[in-house]
Amino acid sequence: MQKKLILDTDLLDITIRRLCQQLIENHNDFADTVIIGMQPRGIFLAEIIHKKLEQDTGKTILLGYLDATFYRDDFRRRETPVKANETRVPFIIEGKKVVLVDDVLFTGRSIRAAMDAMIAFGRPATVELLVLIDRKYNRELPIAADYIGKVVNTLTSQRVLVELEAQGHKQNKIWLINKD
Amino acid sequence: MSKLSQKHLLGIKDITPEDIELIFETADNFKEVINRPIKKVPSLRDVTIANVFFENSTRTRLSFELAQKRLSADVINFSASNSSVKKGETLLDTVNNILAMKVDMIVMRHASPGAPHYLAKHISANIVNAGDGTHEHPTQALLDAFSIREKLGDLAGKKIAIIGDILHSRVALSNIFALKKLGAKVMVCGPPTLLPKFIAQLGVEVELDVKKALQWCDVANVLRIQLERQQIKYFPSLREYSLYYGINKRMLDGLKKQIIIMHPGPINRGVELTSDAADSPHSIILDQVENGVAVRMAVLYLLAGAK
Repeated sequence: MQKKLILDTDLLDITIRRLCQQLIENHNDFADTVIIGMQPRGIFLAEIIHKKLEQDTGKTILLGYLDATFYRDDFRRRETPVKANETRVPFIIEGKKVVLVDDVLFTGRSIRAAMDAMIAFGRPATVELLVLIDRKYNRELPIAADYIGKVVNTLTSQRVLVELEAQGHKQNKIWLINKD
Repeated sequence: MSKLSQKHLLGIKDITPEDIELIFETADNFKEVINRPIKKVPSLRDVTIANVFFENSTRTRLSFELAQKRLSADVINFSASNSSVKKGETLLDTVNNILAMKVDMIVMRHASPGAPHYLAKHISANIVNAGDGTHEHPTQALLDAFSIREKLGDLAGKKIAIIGDILHSRVALSNIFALKKLGAKVMVCGPPTLLPKFIAQLGVEVELDVKKALQWCDVANVLRIQLERQQIKYFPSLREYSLYYGINKRMLDGLKKQIIIMHPGPINRGVELTSDAADSPHSIILDQVENGVAVRMAVLYLLAGAK
């Protein structure tokens, strides 16, 4: 198994700061904006970004967690069903500008499911997607991210591994893994 | 692990503690779903489920139907009273005819113990037992345990008394299996004639005095006297039963601790439970009903999801 480092701690920090600046440019004071982290792995990034944004703007910003398991299109097509995670959206997203946050954008199928799941909480005014890693050439649906940490050319057989301190890892690191 | 060890849910006896935990964790998520503004998810949209009820039911059938609709499954309902069963069709023929219409899952209630087990040997669709005679009622036991877990946390070491007609109760048997698997301590309490002879072999304590049972327990699950299953008299009169085994608010207030009162329904008010006890803050009877939908959604979702 070969491992290649895509982003190290310092670069990741710079990347996250840049993403926050881009969000502030587009959303000003975040009055109508909510941040929704995607379960299971997008929530850690969402929490980091949310914390930074609140520090930088001095405003309280709404944060939710969304689990799209029950909306997936591969139910009954896998050997075992995907295990569901907690959804916590303690606000109405009707008319809000939603920023969906996930760690890796791959086939785009979970984002499709997430958009479906989100509608259960109201009709948002706009939906944007923020991802840390955009895996180019792997999309199976016409879905693109609005804020991208880093674009990586990958093969379907490869895997992107995100290690964050918030998940219990020693350092923030992102790896590209060759499965052989 | 996110898969049940079984293809069917025939009884609690057949499933593992890990299965129960998986069902609970999934039900937690569905409970959040059914409290959303839009209470529906599309998971089972290509699944057709037949609710086959050879015996009367209100709560269980409605709860299953609602669970199925919340999961976007297509649902057909069948009750024996207005069907060809009356014309002499066998159980297997009836079910095979339903399956020929491309049905993926069967939820069945039947008066004969073991009817769903028999069916499971002959058909390939997933089967959920919604009560087979005096044998098991697995989803009721799951929702009971889920409701206790919601109030008291982990069930290990908790004391649960099951009070009433144990002999004729499928809820009692399934509850005993489920609670024991989760590490709880179980006591059964009722008149000696309504306690099965070998019940202690299941590892439960037996108590004849309801006051002592209430004193012992953290949770009292009160059962109905199933007159429809009693061909002979097991006690002199309902009045006498309620005098000796009925639970009222005064008894609950007299305890030195707060206990939880549960009832699987339908309640015979004034017999096993007085109105002031059933409607008291001790009671979580309506929480049980709400949790029933979430737990059944979890069971259907997990069974349908396995290839």
